[in-house]
Amino acid sequence: MGHDEYQRHDAKILTPSFIVLLTLTLIGFGLIALRFIKGIGAVSNMSDGYPWGIWITYDVATGTAIACGGYAMAILIYIRNHMHYHPMIRSAILTSMFGYGLAGFSVMVDVGRPWNSYNFFIPSKWQANSAMFEVALCVMAYTTVLLLEFLPAVLTTLEKTEWKTLQFMLDKLHQRTGIKRPERLDERLESVKEVAAWLKPRLDKVLIFVIVLGITLPTMHQSSLGSLLLIASTKVHPLWHTGFLPLLFLINCMFIGYSIAILESVISCYAFKRPFETKELSGLARIVPWLTVIWLTVVIGDLAWRGQLMAALSFDFYSRFFLLEFCLVAGGSLLLFSGRKRESIRWLFASAALIVLGGALYRFNVYLIGFNPGKGWHYFPSLAELLITVGIVAFEILGYQVLVKILPVLPKLHTRQQLDAVAVHVDTPAEHVAAEKA
Amino acid sequence: MKKPSRRDFLKIMGASGAALLAGRAGAEASESHAVNNDTLGMLYDATKCVGCKACMSACKKVNSDYGSLAFERAKFDSDGLWDAPEDLSGSTRTLIKLFKESDKQWSYVKYSCMHCQKPSCVSVCPVSAMTRDKITGTVDYNKDACIGCRYCQIACAFNIPKFQWDKAIPQIVKCDLCKNTNLVKKGITACAEVCPVGAINFGKRKDLLEEANKRLRENPGKYINHIYGEKEVGGTNHLYLSAMQFNKLGLPVLANDAPAEFSEKIQHTIYKGFIAPVALYGTLCFVALKNIKKGHGQADGKHSETDEKGASDHGA
Repeated sequence: MGHDEYQRHDAKILTPSFIVLLTLTLIGFGLIALRFIKGIGAVSNMSDGYPWGIWITYDVATGTAIACGGYAMAILIYIRNHMHYHPMIRSAILTSMFGYGLAGFSVMVDVGRPWNSYNFFIPSKWQANSAMFEVALCVMAYTTVLLLEFLPAVLTTLEKTEWKTLQFMLDKLHQRTGIKRPERLDERLESVKEVAAWLKPRLDKVLIFVIVLGITLPTMHQSSLGSLLLIASTKVHPLWHTGFLPLLFLINCMFIGYSIAILESVISCYAFKRPFETKELSGLARIVPWLTVIWLTVVIGDLAWRGQLMAALSFDFYSRFFLLEFCLVAGGSLLLFSGRKRESIRWLFASAALIVLGGALYRFNVYLIGFNPGKGWHYFPSLAELLITVGIVAFEILGYQVLVKILPVLPKLHTRQQLDAVAVHVDTPAEHVAAEKA
Repeated sequence: MKKPSRRDFLKIMGASGAALLAGRAGAEASESHAVNNDTLGMLYDATKCVGCKACMSACKKVNSDYGSLAFERAKFDSDGLWDAPEDLSGSTRTLIKLFKESDKQWSYVKYSCMHCQKPSCVSVCPVSAMTRDKITGTVDYNKDACIGCRYCQIACAFNIPKFQWDKAIPQIVKCDLCKNTNLVKKGITACAEVCPVGAINFGKRKDLLEEANKRLRENPGKYINHIYGEKEVGGTNHLYLSAMQFNKLGLPVLANDAPAEFSEKIQHTIYKGFIAPVALYGTLCFVALKNIKKGHGQADGKHSETDEKGASDHGA
């Protein structure tokens, strides 16, 4: 499992999509500044009836599920022992890192008194009854774990880099302003290299314990994200309020995790003009329907047990959202049961997208759509509130785009054919898509 | 090597599922919390209330500095002559409302914190900013601990805790039975002290219950035969008597079980003694290490094999 499985994607960083994403990010962060100056009410439509809006529902509850690619891949590789998926894990971990890091950031935007967050580290303030306490600690710990898991990519780069950009910038600076190069710079850079080279093998040795921690922590906090709403027994619609919320959220994040790993691979291969990883993806896709079948069985069994099946079929407002969520997940899974469809990138993409949408809608249903605090309360996110979420997501994609171009993250292309495929891809992308279709 | 897999995976799923199922079983087996009737509370009699709002004004006067309360201006009132809150809010802890069904059928109702025996807000607060005093039963809020996550608002079945949405440095606002203000100085809450018609009684829960039962007994037909708060969500220390259905007055119909008991038991069973997470971590470490060892033995051979396979697949 060496570091030679990955490679940097050599391409320009300043692309048109970079500019678009950067603009969205800047708008979002501008509005975040406004929120801290004028209060949450100035940018959001949240109210005392709907104290959790789109930031918690999307950025935290759904965003971390979408960021479960790293979790799902780690289970597959290290626990189910499919080491040949190993080359895919680094990009999955990178997206997880952004997903979780930014979920944490969103929480800091969302909470009213973030400067008191240090209380999470003061034992006398701990409150083990609170699912929120568990989620907060686990998410913080898991973000740290993800950083550690990603560290080898950074260390490899530090070890091999010749600091060309830095040298170039310093030279430019010297020419323009006459500022001298710092003394003994080369020595210092050399020592950075040495530290990286020293640290890497040592980190490699203990990394597996970190990785397993990275499997345990999401198991804990993803189920606790479901537990968060257990207390709101009078507010969450009976279609979704059940003692099985923690179990449903856990399975939900697993099938979203695998599906999103498929989507990410397809999208990044398409965007970066790399050959599709069809074989690996169809392998992943075989797992998904089993998970969704378990999930759907628990959902139906639980509804039947609580006598809510008729409510699910009543076609009122709540029932429609329930059926939509259910059909999206079930429909996507049905497609994946077919072996032939699993071999086609288009069908893989479509079914994974359906399942992610359905799984995400489930979380929206629990947190927002099925949440009714009583008469007179309404919620729909404001434009500024949405733009903050869009800005955070844009920043996430931006970071991924940039990092895969400066660090060895994507799976290494090994063979002549694969490399040729890239060449063909670059020349005539349309042709390649046509070939894929056939 | 290729397919030991699904069994291991199901094992994990099974383990977490079992933990959760155990949670449900535990929830039903374990005993419920004890109600402490020596704690402090208030009895509001809607049939006595004349809607003068003296309680609202007294509450704001007494608690404005400590509780971060402010006057709320009505839309028509450009000079700011009146305090005219529309609902409980980040500036208002207690509120009188009139519910009118017809010209003859109407009732006042007072809203403020119910001071539950088993409060949801205390159960969910991640940093112990919401606390319930064991002796007085008062549910109190500490803004110096609060992170402003508003989970208490999600959890409260009465929608009592309010957040200051319009402030850069916001806090949660709710009644604390004048714990640091009027109660210290005069031994009674400000609202109960100023009520001119005795619609608000302040005292120990057992005395309030006795008084409420006495009124029900002595005035047959006058009241709905129910003390709201006696049993709801495991019992509250703010009790209500009314001649009109309580849910019409904005007091929701609630089960007698505290929602916090349900959620805590599931949470406790999963995390009891932190055994399940540690066991999960241990098992996973064992499996992963075993897999890696096995993998190293075959790594080189397997690598080139999969590579060739991948290549041929792509060629096809």
